[in-house]
Amino acid sequence: MVVELFLDLRSQPCRALFIFAKKNNIPFEFKDVELLKGHHLSEEFGKVNVLKKVPALKDGAFTLAESIAILLYLSRKFNTPDHWYPSDLQKRARVDEYLSWQHTTIREKGSSLFPIKYVWEEAVEELNSALKQFEEKFLQDKPFIVGNEISLADLVAIVELMQPVGCGCDIFENRPKLVEWRSRVEEAVGKELFQQAHEIILNVKNMSTTQLPPELREHVKQFLKP
Amino acid sequence: MGIELYLDLLSSPCRSVYIFAKKNNIPFTFKQMEVLKDLVKGHSDGFGKVNILRKVPALKDGGFTLAESPAILTYLSQTYKTPDHWYPLDMKKRARVDEYLSWHHSTIRSSVFKIFWLKVRDLNIQSWTSYEALEDLTIPLKQLEEKFLQDKPFLVGNMISLADLVAVTELMQVRLIAIGYNILEDMPKLVEWRNRVEKAVGKELFQEAHKVILNFQDLNSMLTEPQLKEQMKPRLLKMVA
Repeated sequence: MVVELFLDLRSQPCRALFIFAKKNNIPFEFKDVELLKGHHLSEEFGKVNVLKKVPALKDGAFTLAESIAILLYLSRKFNTPDHWYPSDLQKRARVDEYLSWQHTTIREKGSSLFPIKYVWEEAVEELNSALKQFEEKFLQDKPFIVGNEISLADLVAIVELMQPVGCGCDIFENRPKLVEWRSRVEEAVGKELFQQAHEIILNVKNMSTTQLPPELREHVKQFLKP
Repeated sequence: MGIELYLDLLSSPCRSVYIFAKKNNIPFTFKQMEVLKDLVKGHSDGFGKVNILRKVPALKDGGFTLAESPAILTYLSQTYKTPDHWYPLDMKKRARVDEYLSWHHSTIRSSVFKIFWLKVRDLNIQSWTSYEALEDLTIPLKQLEEKFLQDKPFLVGNMISLADLVAVTELMQVRLIAIGYNILEDMPKLVEWRNRVEKAVGKELFQEAHKVILNFQDLNSMLTEPQLKEQMKPRLLKMVA
């Protein structure tokens, strides 16, 4: 039985998982959960993830929430190349450090820029300070966050930073270091796979809350709260 | 040269690292950090400017420095090969610990954090029970019970793990704000779990780690420092908005 991944590619953590699984040829069944249609609120999905969030994994009877946990689980189960989550304890600690830090910084500030332009000017400002830290503490002058090769940290970071780009806010503009890092990550992942994962958010044009069914509007506002 | 741990036991992630290291007899030098005092005196480096609390905990192992408590905890557990139950080798059990540690950040931790700083801003003990901020914790606590604990003795099975340690030290933070206030009051399952965690850690060590937050009077005078409030005002307004 194949692993099932419950994903909505509008969601950053879902993209990280999608890219990781595809890049590593991990066989999985893509279960589309459209957030904007409220699929995640269904009773059926609730059985997979009682927290009603994506992404989620189902491996036989074993279900798992939280993208970080899922990424790590897949990397172990499928023995992916070492650079994704190095066995060297200090390098590994660096990946863990980024994965932990990003929750309340890049992720939180970037999330407000879900492809619906909802008070994003303020959100962009807060994101700026997280981006500064990202460059100064995590990236520095290295080709990738943890040394010379792409790891889970880069993957988790890039999908978050692409989110504002999807709403017409190019956070890479005037940040040459980030631009270079992004190219390296894209190349390491593979341009085609990268584009495929980001297709959905890059094609969202001028969505606004008025396009949402009313019962979902409140719900979406909830996840846009910082 | 051994490990150095930069800690201020006022901070919940620091307490989880402290307890873990002590419980597993991991030799380390305790480097006392004083987060609130630093704030008042205006000490901050570039990193501290964004959130001074993020300076702690920190680990230094020779030339290697590390921040973020989950990273520190798993680094220590693997480097010192601590008993399996803390961070099990079994993939599925380990995934459960990872799952909790990930979820914890933007739920339990962020609500408690907000409540704490609201308190610093207002410092009105009598109004504690009417804090709307408390409601922020209700849902995460419910999820903690229904999704993570369920009917198990500990979050990830029959023995204490990093997940339990991180969760309980965070929930203890609420003691800081109102002595005798038990946020788990109406949740007997969580109360029993919390007691089991304390027992598994060892009452003495647990009390020792929580001494700073349990000594409310000292804390009270620290928190009423007017400069502290001025310093924190702009950031606080943003954090609790």
